[in-house]
Amino acid sequence: MSTSSPVRRAGAFLRLALCTSFAVIASTASPALAPATAAPDFTLNVMGGKNLHLKDQRGRVVMVNFWATWCGPCRQEMPQLNRLFEKYRASGFVLLGVNVDDDSSKAKEVASKLGVTFPVLLDTDKTVSKLYDLTTMPSTVIIDRDGKVRYIHRGYLTGYEDNYEKQIRELLK
Amino acid sequence: MNVRAASSIALLAAAALLGGCSWLPTIKPIQPWVKPYERERLADPIMKLSRDSLPEKHFEHVRDVREGARGATGVQGGGCGCN
Amino acid sequence: MSLWRRLLGLLGGLLGGLFAAGHARAVDLPEDKVEALIHSYSGGGVNAYGPAVLVRKSIFDKVSLSGSYYMDAVSNASIDVVTTASKYHEVRHEFGLSADYVYRDAQITLAALTSHEPDYTANSGSLDVTQEVFGGMSTIALGFTRGSDTVLKHGSPEFHDTASHWQYRLGLTQILTPRWLMSANFEALSDDGYLGSPYRVARVFGAAVPERNPRTRTGRAFKTRLVGDLGSRDAMHVEYRYYTDTWDIKAHTAEIGYSRYFGDSWLADTFIRYYTQKHALFYSDNAPSETVYVSRNRQLSTFYDAGIGAKLAYTVRKVPGRYDLKLNGTYEYTRYKFKDFTDVRTGSPYGYAASVIQVFLSATY
Repeated sequence: MSTSSPVRRAGAFLRLALCTSFAVIASTASPALAPATAAPDFTLNVMGGKNLHLKDQRGRVVMVNFWATWCGPCRQEMPQLNRLFEKYRASGFVLLGVNVDDDSSKAKEVASKLGVTFPVLLDTDKTVSKLYDLTTMPSTVIIDRDGKVRYIHRGYLTGYEDNYEKQIRELLK
Repeated sequence: MNVRAASSIALLAAAALLGGCSWLPTIKPIQPWVKPYERERLADPIMKLSRDSLPEKHFEHVRDVREGARGATGVQGGGCGCN
Repeated sequence: MSLWRRLLGLLGGLLGGLFAAGHARAVDLPEDKVEALIHSYSGGGVNAYGPAVLVRKSIFDKVSLSGSYYMDAVSNASIDVVTTASKYHEVRHEFGLSADYVYRDAQITLAALTSHEPDYTANSGSLDVTQEVFGGMSTIALGFTRGSDTVLKHGSPEFHDTASHWQYRLGLTQILTPRWLMSANFEALSDDGYLGSPYRVARVFGAAVPERNPRTRTGRAFKTRLVGDLGSRDAMHVEYRYYTDTWDIKAHTAEIGYSRYFGDSWLADTFIRYYTQKHALFYSDNAPSETVYVSRNRQLSTFYDAGIGAKLAYTVRKVPGRYDLKLNGTYEYTRYKFKDFTDVRTGSPYGYAASVIQVFLSATY
């Protein structure tokens, strides 16, 4: 077997590209939202209702989940979040689902199909998404009773909801 | 030799610009300008570079057998960027 | 073997890079699905048709496995066959197996393919790595395929030869705006061994001689593609590929397409494709001198082909997040026009029209 010179060159080029490309992985800057900082306040319209202000939730443990109808992992996560909402709402837990679709009617359709009971807020002009500097879809932020950000979860994989439950219980004490 | 030198320089420049290599003097890193919550249109299947694998495989075979050119058919990317 | 050592080095560097990756993000595994296709090609005296199936399933949410079967029943009465031999019928079977593994922002795909015809066996293995970088806006893909073929000849049991193939791929997909993305692909292909057909003849001074091809061939292909959303539930794509190789073939491929949703369940696509190539160095319709290599393979001649296609997809049933059943049909009409390959029956440059029909069913679950 003999690889001719242009192919050997191509192979070496690819090797170099590969090694350098992995150096590029850690390229994005760290997100602005960090634990132990005050959660930025916002006001959004609740699907089928009036406006909701985040600061009015002070005294309760708040979980803000950013989702979209076009995001597969988001749709997977929502029934789990609904289960947590139903389980802990009486103990002072509130779950706000912030939807970032351009078309809010799609959000209404998917939310009702998934049987969601927690409030769904509409962020069609993406102001709150920008405010919370989302780097992944879905993103879940857990805020304690004093309005401070305690946990930030980026993305969703099966099993994450167990972590959420542990953290909610800890903050509810 | 020239190709190697040029490609190394290009890649190192890209790495520096993107803030990847910490030992290189970093020019202010470029931030991704399309945010994850702005990817609604890109998540649509109509925007996929390759939608159905079997039919495309058939087309590729038909062309490979009849045409002299081969290769560089595609890589997947874009999409919803979730997780 | 230095190639294997190089490949292992590549793999080591790659895995090291993966483990060094920062935040716990992950690319999604490909969806579970079942696909079934009935394909047909008809043109230039050749009819090839057959079924194909693909099944894909993810295991433990970590690995996605897929198996495929492709069959080609070829009925060949092409101009070569008709003018030098007699019509024949042959069946080709192809089996494929692949595994996809996702680790954080990277996806690794390992695949194996084997194709059997009575007189030709082709086996290949490939490794592809895809990595998302730059906040998910860029995707870098690297791939390697190694193929090994065995060539036999009907009616000549003493004929036995082999061919080897290497392919190196590099791809970059870049999101430009929330509505546009572009991709660039580069591939280097290298072949070694018996690269012709034991049945094909060349013409030297008007007499038929068995063709003589070089035993090596190296090609490079570069393709760029732009996809964009046009705002009213429609999208378009434009692509261009340039190919050149050591047999002196230079080819250009251009394609433009448009897709649009109609209502809730219909999706229509249409495309136009144009291909043109310059002949291989040793290609000749009727060689005027004796050369080391000579071929009259029209695949290596100067020709162009222009095609137009349309595809219609219907979503039979859709439950978002659970399953999705789609049925679609495609039709492509292509005209081939050769510049330096003559139809010996008429004496003028050869040309023909071909039709491709596909009926495809896909179910994601």
